[in-house]
Amino acid sequence: MTAGTAGPLLDVEHVSLAFGGLDVLSDVSLEVRSGERVAVIGPNGAGKTSLLNCINGFYHPQPGRIRYRGREITRVAPHEIARLGVGRTFQNIELFTGATVLQNLLLARHRHIRYGLLAAAAYYGRAQQEETSHRRRVEEIIDFLDLEPVRHAIVGGLPYGLRKRVELGRALATEPELLLLDEPMAGMPIEEKEDIVRFIADANEELGITLLLIEHDMAVVMDVSHRVYVLEHGRVIGVGTPGTIRSDPRVIQAYLGEEAAG
Amino acid sequence: MTAPHRAALDATLPRLLWERAGGPEGRRVALRYKDLGIWQEFTWQDYASHARAFGLGLVALGLQPGEKVAILCDNRPEWLYAELGTLAVGGIAVGVYQDAAAREVGHVIDHADATYVVAEDQEQLDKVVEIRGDLPHLRRIVTVDPKGMHRVRDPQVLPFPEVEEAGRRWDATHPGHFDALLAAGRPEDLANIVYTSGTTAFPKGAMLTHRNLITMAVTFAEVDPLRPDDQLFSYLPMPWIGEMAMSIATALVFGITVNFPEEVETTHDDGREIGPTILFGPPRLWEALTRQVQVKIMDTTPLARAAYRLAMRWGYRAADKRLNRQPLTIVDRILHGLGYLLARRAVLDDTAMLRIRHAYTGGAALGPDTFRFLRALGLNLKQLYGQTEIAGYSCVHRDDDVRFETVGRPVPGVDLRISPEGEILERGDSVFLGYYKDPQATRVALEGGWLHSGDAGYLTDDGHLVVIDRLADVMKLADGTLFSPQFIENKLKFSPYVGEAVVLGHGRPFVAAIIMIDMPVVGKWAEDRQIPYTTYTDLSQKPDVYALVAGEVQRANAALPEAARVRRFVLLYKELDADDGELTRTRKVRRRTIGERYGDLIEAMYGARPDRVPVRATVTYQDGTAAVVETAVRVAEVGGA
Repeated sequence: MTAGTAGPLLDVEHVSLAFGGLDVLSDVSLEVRSGERVAVIGPNGAGKTSLLNCINGFYHPQPGRIRYRGREITRVAPHEIARLGVGRTFQNIELFTGATVLQNLLLARHRHIRYGLLAAAAYYGRAQQEETSHRRRVEEIIDFLDLEPVRHAIVGGLPYGLRKRVELGRALATEPELLLLDEPMAGMPIEEKEDIVRFIADANEELGITLLLIEHDMAVVMDVSHRVYVLEHGRVIGVGTPGTIRSDPRVIQAYLGEEAAG
Repeated sequence: MTAPHRAALDATLPRLLWERAGGPEGRRVALRYKDLGIWQEFTWQDYASHARAFGLGLVALGLQPGEKVAILCDNRPEWLYAELGTLAVGGIAVGVYQDAAAREVGHVIDHADATYVVAEDQEQLDKVVEIRGDLPHLRRIVTVDPKGMHRVRDPQVLPFPEVEEAGRRWDATHPGHFDALLAAGRPEDLANIVYTSGTTAFPKGAMLTHRNLITMAVTFAEVDPLRPDDQLFSYLPMPWIGEMAMSIATALVFGITVNFPEEVETTHDDGREIGPTILFGPPRLWEALTRQVQVKIMDTTPLARAAYRLAMRWGYRAADKRLNRQPLTIVDRILHGLGYLLARRAVLDDTAMLRIRHAYTGGAALGPDTFRFLRALGLNLKQLYGQTEIAGYSCVHRDDDVRFETVGRPVPGVDLRISPEGEILERGDSVFLGYYKDPQATRVALEGGWLHSGDAGYLTDDGHLVVIDRLADVMKLADGTLFSPQFIENKLKFSPYVGEAVVLGHGRPFVAAIIMIDMPVVGKWAEDRQIPYTTYTDLSQKPDVYALVAGEVQRANAALPEAARVRRFVLLYKELDADDGELTRTRKVRRRTIGERYGDLIEAMYGARPDRVPVRATVTYQDGTAAVVETAVRVAEVGGA
């Protein structure tokens, strides 16, 4: 909420995406200002995940432009976009299930590793100092997300809610400026949802990370976001504060109405 | 060898800290706390300088000598900084259980007239903020953990480091002030108000002086001397007298390192890393440990299980001879050593018990089976006896004289006798001043110059104390037979499937029990047998589970006198919970509450033809909301009783 003066951090302009004859996104425009928490909601198949995939470079939309910090990233590869400071969590958790929580988080520090192969082999001087600081950073995230009890646990053996939290930790360990969260609370009981809401709000307020999240749970969206975009059949049909979105008749019909009916 | 420590009797707790920090040991490790995954060490000098800064910070904020500071904090160094800082500047510390609900927290803070509260984190702060409208004396709230605090913009709240900063500024502008305050403290001054867990009523505030606490530490160590390299592991609730006696009094008198776990949930792993040499635990800890070993053994390979069985047989042989004070033969010793190498060492290591020289159980009776089991495992487990009002402990087993039916002999300096009514009475320098703002309760507790323990007991011919039960809790069947419900409960709880048990029978024709299954263990048992279940309620009412528990009750009955055997029982449809008022915060059963709440079940057990009892009960969840549970509970008869 602090910015908005020097243009948006993320600017999606008139993006369309089609697979074969199927229009997934049609003329979608969206902007996220630095420090904001923005939510994208919409029924299943509305194109929410596809939109995130366009932003972090998995898909390249045909017409349309995506700019990050004013720089065009429409055709940039995913790992390059990650290097620019865009982090991401996935709806279906993407972690190394055979590794420990700590190892997963340390791996996420990859983009910050500066020392070369030789230094790593010698493990002396710079390599050692850097590793120490990476471990410290990761431990701060473990503390932040209350993951101490499972620090050395194998990720594959953790319950779902905890794996979701580790996934969030992995994204935070990359130290993103913009974090894309794909349904970070899907399938969780209410208590765990409340925890994640708190972590997300803290990530934004304490760590200063800008957030763009997809979420189904309307109560959560209303709680956690500053602004909401509503997507239906690949089109933006509404945008505004949670309060205005809740009372927008088109939105109620398209999304909330359907939720209530189904 | 104890003479130098006797000198501590003329000191105050903070003076002991400053002597240590200023002496040759100043740079030795006093505290160890795991943070960011690494054990951080703090020397006696660090400890003293934090306590000094915090204490003066409170002075700078307006703390007057004799005012109370409530501490609502998990086990971590800041707890001790706050405690010793408060005491050093003439304040009085009051520990508050951090798992208590806002209402209970409010009661203690209000009753103690606390002017400052140290609240560890956002959760604790929320509680204090919720009730502060009813706390007219409260001036400031100090928070320890900064996580999530960025949202708090409250003029009454300030972070721990800022208080320390204020203290350092005060120190710079008021030279000599701290030394004057420290020197003004006298051993007979009030140091702590310790709120007792209160099995019977609202918590009462026991007033303990510096001398009470120091005397306890000094005399106790005359029985079991401490070594400078001993390691304490601080994991029990800090407001509990047993934890205070060790982590504050004993650690300061003998200069022993206190280790704190990273989080409550990491206690087990952190304990293993530290390898404590001395450990206090309530019976629940030892029972849980026993259960844990039994469950893990069920899960291990057949070979390891066989090795364990053999090692335990030899272990029992040696332990039983020692308990009966018979000499061990060479063969016994060899087998005992062999069993240690074969299996027991690994079990002790896995449960963080390998380096323990002295393990103590106290607070309530521990079942003899558990006691014998742990001694056979090789743990030097001893009973001790005491209460908050005597600053901790007054009786303990000597190393060569352990018997599970007694709680040992009094420590030096404690006079102990039994009143004509059978009540245990104690006298000594560690007996408290009285209850805060409750002269009537004080008069009753200290009548005739003796501390009235409220426990029924007797002394054996050679001076061992035997505790029967709470004087008020010894029960009488309709035909006049006396029995101790706790003793029977412990028999039942030795079964890994039984989580908690409440035995009834006062004024009744026979003994009956309300039993709570141990959800993880019974759940695993059911899964292994492919018995489907959903909730605790569902699992507890399965016929197979009833049959399982009936077998366990029969086994417990075999070791009980005929008249005291459990004839009928019910499996409760929910776990007993402190939030429902059924357990105290230290997890002791509140009989009266249970008697009232489950009156229907109890009547049904004593009915002519008991079968199923429809139940409609209110359950309070952690967030304070209540829900109604409806089910039918079966009353089971136990064969052969």
